[in-house]
Amino acid sequence: MSNQVWVILQHRDGKLHRSSREAIAAGQQLAAQIGGRASAVLLGSGVGDLAKEAAGFDLDAVHVADDGALAGYTPGAYVGALAPVIGASSPAYVVAPHTYQSVDFVARLSQTTGAAYVPEAISFEEVDGELLWKRPILTGKLHARVRVKAAGTVLVTVQSGAFSADSAAAGSAAVQDLAPAALTSDRELLGVEQVGSNEVDLTKADIIVSVGRGVGKPENLPPIEELAKELGADLGASRPVIDNGWLPRERQIGSSGQTVAPKLYLAVGLSGAIQHLVGMKGSTCVVAINKDPSAPIFGISKYAIVGDLHEVIPALTEAVRAAKG
Amino acid sequence: MRIAVCIKQVPDTEARLRVAPDGRWIDEDELKFVINESDEYAMEEALSIAEKTGGEVVVFTVGPERAKEALRKALALGAVRAVHLVDDAYQGGDAAATARALAAAIRREDVGLVLTGSQSDDVGYGSTASMLAGHLGWPHAWLVMGLDVEDGSARVIREMEAGMNEIFRVSLPAVIEVQAGINHPRYASLKGIMRAKRKPVDTPSPGDLGLDPSALGAAGSQIEIVDVAFPDSGAGAEVLEGDPAAAAQALVEKLRNEARVL
Ligand SMILES: Cc1cc2nc3c(=O)[nH]c(=O)nc-3n(C[C@H](O)[C@H](O)[C@H](O)COP(=O)(O)OP(=O)(O)OC[C@H]3O[C@@H](n4cnc5c(N)ncnc54)[C@H](O)[C@@H]3O)c2cc1C
Ligand SMILES: Nc1ncnc2c1ncn2[C@@H]1O[C@H](COP(=O)(O)O)[C@@H](O)[C@H]1O
Repeated sequence: MSNQVWVILQHRDGKLHRSSREAIAAGQQLAAQIGGRASAVLLGSGVGDLAKEAAGFDLDAVHVADDGALAGYTPGAYVGALAPVIGASSPAYVVAPHTYQSVDFVARLSQTTGAAYVPEAISFEEVDGELLWKRPILTGKLHARVRVKAAGTVLVTVQSGAFSADSAAAGSAAVQDLAPAALTSDRELLGVEQVGSNEVDLTKADIIVSVGRGVGKPENLPPIEELAKELGADLGASRPVIDNGWLPRERQIGSSGQTVAPKLYLAVGLSGAIQHLVGMKGSTCVVAINKDPSAPIFGISKYAIVGDLHEVIPALTEAVRAAKG
Repeated sequence: MRIAVCIKQVPDTEARLRVAPDGRWIDEDELKFVINESDEYAMEEALSIAEKTGGEVVVFTVGPERAKEALRKALALGAVRAVHLVDDAYQGGDAAATARALAAAIRREDVGLVLTGSQSDDVGYGSTASMLAGHLGWPHAWLVMGLDVEDGSARVIREMEAGMNEIFRVSLPAVIEVQAGINHPRYASLKGIMRAKRKPVDTPSPGDLGLDPSALGAAGSQIEIVDVAFPDSGAGAEVLEGDPAAAAQALVEKLRNEARVL
């Protein structure tokens, strides 16, 4: 077993994804922990410039698989390129960002190589000589610490924001060719599209009142809309509210929706799952109204009211009105 | 075409959660159990494809005795049969162990398409179904928000981050991992609920599936949970106390004069 840590880089439009720098930071910290060195792995076609960018980090090497079959992402070609080299080199860890692209192929890579997979890691710590990984369970309402029982390479995807991109140490690494075997893609790529219409732009809103599943049913929305109107706020929502058809898709905030940063973000009946938080944690002042005092949303809120939203919202509308005089 | 749907029964997390006395999981005693959210969407997608193409839906689950309730619900919605991997040896597995069991059960059938959810709302590995696809040697896609099944292939719309989708075609059979919101799940009819009572539920043992019990469940897992806890909420929020009117007034006052955002 080596003590090497590999970091799989994600990129789009010729740029390293921010999450890739977070993964590099995670890989460097992990390598320091186990007394090894981190290297990067870059897959793509015509990625020479990206390789140079990656070589600017403190890494042992940047391994580049430059192949026409890797021009667009497909799990077939990615697993085809990675599985043989992981098998041959047996790195201790392979780290990737926990993105919609990585999870799509890392799970499959785990099955193909037999390497254990720890998805969505937030942190690691050594306890009594063994490494434990912290990851969210129950949609982020709790955390679990997990151990890896299996021997051999461990695949890890690190949650967005868990490791600071700015902490990725700079340095200079050698770029090495990683000649992949003949690769076959398992998807015929047809294109990309924007979800929903472009009509609602929440990114410029000063105040957002954001509705979560706790609202219960669409019939309960009007009092919240009234509060929004009184505050001059735009209405946003968590994913289940949209999935249920209570508000249109354009109002979804989070990893698969809009990323917003208003002055005031009022989260109403919303638990604060990571996929939601990544879309609004840049807000200046977060206020949460939730009946559950252990809801994770309180962790990033400045002010909180613990209570039933159906009672609190009308009272708040009244208070805003009264304050305006 | 026969469509397999993998559903998982998970705790309904609407209720207040408590850590179990042994610290290794939540206390399930007073919890309700429901079909995992994205799996309900997978079930709906399967039923509507079966209706359009004249196929049938068979549901699969790995879970304890109580999971039968989830299967009954799926049967009431329109599945013709259920396969329940209920033997103790199957329980408590990670994604790899659960995928191995599901693959063996599905391989026994003449299945043209497997539909699953994208992520379980309890352990949330987001990987069981992709691993299942690996065992079957079929293409897969995670986070699917649109599916058009044609002859021998399917056009797939897959979610990317930040409000974008990617579109591609995969050959069938395939494992399609549906994301919540792809459709509008139906409700079971009274007639469906009555009929479900007579529909068969098969419970194959590991031996029936040619599986070694030591490769299954908790024993066959590569990762295991050591303990669980509520997240450390950092500095935490300032809680405004009092009845709703008092708390609301205090909040407005803070927002105007302290945070100065109103
Ligand atoms: C790949 C992927 C992508 C995702 N993308 C997104 C995304 O972009 N955006 C997003 O938001 N989610 C996304 N999700 C879903 C996310 O994981 C959570 O499931 C979701 O954010 C939870 O929404 P919620 O907080 O509204 O609901 P819940 O988690 O069900 O929370 C409801 C809250 O309401 C409270 N409540 C209930 N009744 C009341 C009441 N009467 N008064 C006060 N409080 C009450 C409860 O205490 C609870 O905290 C994604 C998930 C996956 C797997
Ligand atoms: N015990 C199980 N029984 C049946 N299907 C499962 C089980 N666990 C996971 N799945 C399927 O795999 C998907 C992803 O689950 P997970 O990998 O746990 O996030 C779920 O949405 C289900 O469709």
